[in-house]
Amino acid sequence: MSEHESTYVPRTGIEKWLDTRLPIVRFGADYMSLPTPRNLNYWYTFGAILMVCLVIQIITGIVLAMHYTPNTGLAFASVERIMRDVNGGWLIRYVHANGASMFFVAVYVHMLRGLYYGSYKAPREMIWILGCVIFFLMIATAFLGYVLPWGQMSYWGAEVITNLIGAIPVIGEPVLIWLRGGPAIDNATLNRFFSLHYLLPFVIFGVVVLHLWALHTAGQNNPVGILIPKDRTAKDTLPFHPYYTVKDGFALLVFMMMFALFVFFMPNALGHADNYIPANPLQTPAHIVPEWYMLPFYAILRAIPDKFGGVVAMFGAIGVLFILPWLDTSRVRSMRYRPTMKIFFLVFVVVGLGLGWCGGQLPDAPVIGHFKTFTLIDGDLNSYLWLTRFLTAYYFAFFFIIMPLVGLKETPLPIPATISDPVLTGAPVVSQAVPAQAEKKG
Amino acid sequence: MTLSIRKTLVAVAAVAGLAFAASPALAAGAAHKLKDGGFSFDGPFGTFDQGQLQRGYKVYREVCAACHSMNLLHFRDLGIKGGPFYDEHAANPAENRFVRAIAAEFQIADIDNETGETMQRPGIAADKFPSPYPNATAGAAANGGANPPDLSVMAKARHGGADYIYSLLTGYDAPPSYLTMTSTQHYNAYMAGDLTPFVPTGAHVPPGGFIAMPNPLASDGLVTYDDGTAATKDQMAKDVSAFIAWASEPHGVQRKQAGLGVLIFLALFAGLTYLSYRRIWAGVAH
Repeated sequence: MSEHESTYVPRTGIEKWLDTRLPIVRFGADYMSLPTPRNLNYWYTFGAILMVCLVIQIITGIVLAMHYTPNTGLAFASVERIMRDVNGGWLIRYVHANGASMFFVAVYVHMLRGLYYGSYKAPREMIWILGCVIFFLMIATAFLGYVLPWGQMSYWGAEVITNLIGAIPVIGEPVLIWLRGGPAIDNATLNRFFSLHYLLPFVIFGVVVLHLWALHTAGQNNPVGILIPKDRTAKDTLPFHPYYTVKDGFALLVFMMMFALFVFFMPNALGHADNYIPANPLQTPAHIVPEWYMLPFYAILRAIPDKFGGVVAMFGAIGVLFILPWLDTSRVRSMRYRPTMKIFFLVFVVVGLGLGWCGGQLPDAPVIGHFKTFTLIDGDLNSYLWLTRFLTAYYFAFFFIIMPLVGLKETPLPIPATISDPVLTGAPVVSQAVPAQAEKKG
Repeated sequence: MTLSIRKTLVAVAAVAGLAFAASPALAAGAAHKLKDGGFSFDGPFGTFDQGQLQRGYKVYREVCAACHSMNLLHFRDLGIKGGPFYDEHAANPAENRFVRAIAAEFQIADIDNETGETMQRPGIAADKFPSPYPNATAGAAANGGANPPDLSVMAKARHGGADYIYSLLTGYDAPPSYLTMTSTQHYNAYMAGDLTPFVPTGAHVPPGGFIAMPNPLASDGLVTYDDGTAATKDQMAKDVSAFIAWASEPHGVQRKQAGLGVLIFLALFAGLTYLSYRRIWAGVAH
């Protein structure tokens, strides 16, 4: 796929002139005709959905920036002015605010798809690592953006998260003051957060270009997980357009319907009511919670009794993703053919959701009923604190123990020789696992 | 293929489920189930009752505004489409005769253009709702140390929105006799808080918490409604809750109506795209 030959033929005079000087039309045409595995399922449509999410966030963000005022005395009212007096402002702001949530919904599905089908394994390590960079930048951008409306959760969220930096020994305190632009969160902090919130999406865009470049160099993975041999390219692939533009397009529109449901009918369901109270440095809210998409990492942070240890664990939970390609010892990419690993994967998904749930609860609250059991070290066993710790243990064990060990121990199912006609080549495979059969109805 | 679509739908449902699961998680601490105000604007097709908004404005103006500001609102907002005093014959909200009359009832502090002296002039549609206190410190000083909160976005700033406000305003139940209280506190069954430290050990802990605001709608007939509606405590609480819900998001009804069109459009577009997809992939083994 990497040596995809150009099939573009310039027709008009202008195209010919341009093609010898800046072959940008050729670039686009080749991109659209790229040979793509013919067995991609709907889980593979989230890449295109994410691209649209990014563009939506950038466009709505640029318009919002025209009306927003990054000043602690004016920010809250300027956001409400967008809601009330700017033409269509309520729509643009709600799309931007809910768009962040939708972006994370799509990115989590996209990442779990990559994990399930082994899309991070050689020769696609760089695609995965660049994806992790994008994810990290997304978290940073979302955090910075959440501070801008200068509500109670904005302010106190910024307080909690920047304080984490202060937990780093020796350099923590000076770095904290440098980042905040002073000893406390104030106007200087809001101004730099606004500046960086405007900058980072364009950095993300740049890394997305690299992500796609790496994708088109190494070639797309597919649900069967085998590399497509050169001599089978014609048989096993389809040009990206129109086959996948229309498939991605359909999935995108279904996704947009869910997006619209939130924007138009429950625009504040994913946010916290306290963020409609203007920031007050003298009044701490009863519960400081991040947005839902940060909750699993917030839970991991709180699971560790030591503050710096918590910070290390939280960043480690994201950092481990970067070395994932070298933790997996299996020679088989797709978990379709890894029955043991598939179970561990499903548990991992449940653990991830569980961590998200725990992140929104009070650590000392009982998980089951209203009774206490016995105190284990520093908390009751029947508490979210301990549930979070068990889930955190599984989260890290999945990457550091289960992944290397299961890869060495398990016996994978037989893998089809090709993706398009495994039955004809006589490969003995479980019928359900063959996309050619499962998807033929369409 | 049908299988894949089902999988995708399951994924979408799971994701939506996660989203829903996230919100009650954040609501931890709410004690009492809120009363349902039965508001006309509830649900995806609900709209405001203009008569109720006018009554609600009157309650705000004659009762709440004595202590609470609404500093994000301008008089002109009252005349926008869907607002309490919308008049289809007015060219724009600033020309609305009701809005102009309401604004003119107020004296607004301003600077004399000729002399630079401070002066008072009658309000105009472009003016903001005047605040009851000259500044937040004065508000705090007059209210035992805390400035009464601004009500502009109150329905969005509390879980439960209008139902919460309605419940709070009608939630001044008699406290249990064993509850330890000071003279500046009032018991409210819907106020956030934990009363455990204020009851004897072993006694039942009542729901709710302490609130500094005394019952603002303690008796019937505090306002005289222009449309003849009986101004009971319950009616006034409902009406002012509706008004605050409208003020918190003046374009809320427009949003829901636009959403209906957007969803119908997306559904049709998705249907056509799916048919195109079937057509393009027909005969392609995959």
